[in-house]
Amino acid sequence: MSENTLARTTHLAELEAESIHILRETVAEFANPVMLYSIGKDSQVLLHLARKAFHPAPLPFPLLHVDTTWKFRDMYTFRDAFVARHGLNLLVHQNRRALAEGINPFDHGSQKYTHAMKTQALLEALSQHGFDAAFGGARRDEEKSRAKERVFSFRDRHGQWDPRRQRPELWNLYNGRVDAGESMRVFPLSNWTELDVWHYVLRERIPVVPLYFAAERPVIDRNGTLLMVDDERMRLRPGEKPTLRRVRFRTLGCYPLSGAIESSATTVEAVIHEMVNARQSERQGRLIDHDEEGSMELKKREGYF
Amino acid sequence: MDTALQTPPQPDVQRLLDEHSSRELLRLVVVGSVDDGKSTLIGRLLYECDGLFEDQISAVKKASAKRAAARTEVPTEVLAQGLKVAAGAEDEELDFSLFTDGLKAEREQGITIDVAYRYLSTGKRKVIIADTPGHIQYTRNMATGASTADAAVILVDARLGVLPQTRRHAYIASLLGIPYLAVAVNKMDLVGFDRATFERIGQELADFAYTLGFEGVRLFPVSASRGDNITRPSARTPWHEGGTLLGWLESLPHQRRLDNAAFRFPVQYVLRPHQDYRGLAGQVASGTVRVGDEVQVLPSGRRTRVAGIDTFDGPLEEASAPASVTLRLADEVDASRGDLLSHVDEPPLALHQLDAMLVWFGEQPLDLSRRYLVKQTTRTAPAQVERILWRKELEDLSEVPAESLSLNDIGKVRLVCRRPLLADPYRENRRTGAFIIIDALTHDTVGAGMVLGAADSGTRGAVEASLVSSAERRARLGQPGAIVLLPSYPEAASRAFELERSLFDQGRHVATVAGDVEVALALAGAGLVALVHTEAPQTRRVLRAEARDSGVAWLELDASEDAKRQVERVLALGENGK
Repeated sequence: MSENTLARTTHLAELEAESIHILRETVAEFANPVMLYSIGKDSQVLLHLARKAFHPAPLPFPLLHVDTTWKFRDMYTFRDAFVARHGLNLLVHQNRRALAEGINPFDHGSQKYTHAMKTQALLEALSQHGFDAAFGGARRDEEKSRAKERVFSFRDRHGQWDPRRQRPELWNLYNGRVDAGESMRVFPLSNWTELDVWHYVLRERIPVVPLYFAAERPVIDRNGTLLMVDDERMRLRPGEKPTLRRVRFRTLGCYPLSGAIESSATTVEAVIHEMVNARQSERQGRLIDHDEEGSMELKKREGYF
Repeated sequence: MDTALQTPPQPDVQRLLDEHSSRELLRLVVVGSVDDGKSTLIGRLLYECDGLFEDQISAVKKASAKRAAARTEVPTEVLAQGLKVAAGAEDEELDFSLFTDGLKAEREQGITIDVAYRYLSTGKRKVIIADTPGHIQYTRNMATGASTADAAVILVDARLGVLPQTRRHAYIASLLGIPYLAVAVNKMDLVGFDRATFERIGQELADFAYTLGFEGVRLFPVSASRGDNITRPSARTPWHEGGTLLGWLESLPHQRRLDNAAFRFPVQYVLRPHQDYRGLAGQVASGTVRVGDEVQVLPSGRRTRVAGIDTFDGPLEEASAPASVTLRLADEVDASRGDLLSHVDEPPLALHQLDAMLVWFGEQPLDLSRRYLVKQTTRTAPAQVERILWRKELEDLSEVPAESLSLNDIGKVRLVCRRPLLADPYRENRRTGAFIIIDALTHDTVGAGMVLGAADSGTRGAVEASLVSSAERRARLGQPGAIVLLPSYPEAASRAFELERSLFDQGRHVATVAGDVEVALALAGAGLVALVHTEAPQTRRVLRAEARDSGVAWLELDASEDAKRQVERVLALGENGK
């Protein structure tokens, strides 16, 4: 499938070249970079691009999975198998204090939960290891405040983002200068769209978690959102009873906060077909984005990816 | 798994994927003054090209109603009613700007304060749109959006016409090297789709834009809020034959300029997985390299050959811009990040002292006594601005003396670098001619620069130093020295000779030049009328810019004019004192 892609500069080839440039630029300019690994499709694409960027050398940075302990079981299985097969250096970080306090997505609301288990956990891990640059798989087409995100996104000593203090970014010249304690979030997939990602997954035969494909899964319908009952920790409300429905996920996160869609797409081609005809954006199933208008912007200011 | 429910093969998916994979990337910047309706235009484009999803649209419908309600201080009990009305509103009445105004502060203030990127897929193109603010104090954002753009759309409010900041936007777009420009005369609905209004604005701006050296300028009468001539031709402008904005976007030639330029490979990172492998990782900035090519490593000048071009997907025989690859060299020559590989017969300039155009972004003004860092390709060097040659007065685009440059100023400066920059003039190569300036203390990006050339260089020196003034030449010859550029049609050479004959017969001192910029400048400098024909877009662009800089009279002929009209226009050159 990947015949002759460099000779003809199609947009995918151009996006690939741009992403590789960004990956190399970061590794060249920072002392201690890390790649955030969320096990989702964007992470898989980013990792694939990183392997291309430094081939034939091994990845010059570790992967970091910020683990809320509430991911789908399929994701953990996939992660462990994938890391083992490719001999990757994976760090897993959990917010132990929050876990000890019993913070969970049911009792504490998605905002508080996300802040503790994702934002806090991430900041903890970054400072513990002294990482000065962290790659993320975020794309500008995902969400409004992401549309203004830089490729090199500067964070202060507290890991926070100030939209008014972002450095202007011209051409492909990225300013990677930071002082001790400050850091950079780097987004090599900035200019990719969801369709580009899937198309690349298909073209490059990149493995992704099976949850992206339709299968019979136990779900409940909560206010129009289909939630999968992935293990016994799921708290059912009175009257809720899991039923088997043929569903898949467009984005993956913590299972109690990820909405499924009914689908019969069992292949990458079929997923693409559905997506092109879909009229819902991919983040629609993400409950955490909908807390209030501008909620992603607030999370980012606090240090969320 | 229940196989009956398995998705059957989708023949149309393959076609769709083929289509998607053969699409080329176009980077577009859209600029306008505060209330020109830029966000609305982009929102409309996205909406009509299906770049928006239902949940985004309904969120905007909600926000539209909420905002309208808040503005008019409608009691909350009426708000629910308002939401209902908005949800059922016609597309024409949607506030499209809400699709693109991303940050909270902006939505509250109703203005765009930072560059936002939007993605659009048409049947033929994947388009990356940089939505940039038009406030004068946000010049830096426009420069940012324009830096990577292949084409620009400038919005003009039909009621207000061409404003100083419209000229400013066009100037910045040309400064950043954008070849194609569209002028969207917006809010045509508010002037009753009046043809004369459109043509007056269009002509005024087009004349100006051509002197800035754009390769092509197109005009569209539009109403972003109502959708006229955006993706669909409007029945309300039957007199407009220029098509739609979307049609223009799809018809632009894909930018392959970098492929044809000289080979440049800035070394980004050295890959050394084991003792027997040493690869230079980088992105081909321009041109093409093949296995076996003789190359030189700059600045050392050491020569060697390319032994291999490696990628994850296997070795390549050749690589062209913008591919990211890894090069192996035949000899053990020293090469590291910041070095640049070129072919031996086409080296870049190695510049310690250079003249450049500079856009200043810093909150603190440019300080001539301060040391900055210049990042150009993969090279970072300490540098100082030795002097400011002039500042562009953005009100009238004149050049004025300046002691410093402040936030959003643009000027011509002389830069001294501790280590040489391996660069090309920006006009010839947008990759190797560009640099940013970083404050060595705060680490902020405080400026963006475009290389003009070595300090004190320039072919015009001889003419400038001449003891015979252009006024004296004009008095002797009875005509001003001028450059006349013929349209880019295939029979341009014979047309040029016919034109030369006619002009000669009418007493003009005239000569025909086939695409040689230097010769044209020299002839015009000596007082002759140089008729230049060339189809090369690059040459045409360089010629426009050089002619502008040199101050000789300039005229560009139009393909729609007949020979008689063309002769008249050239003869008129001397009459109005231009």
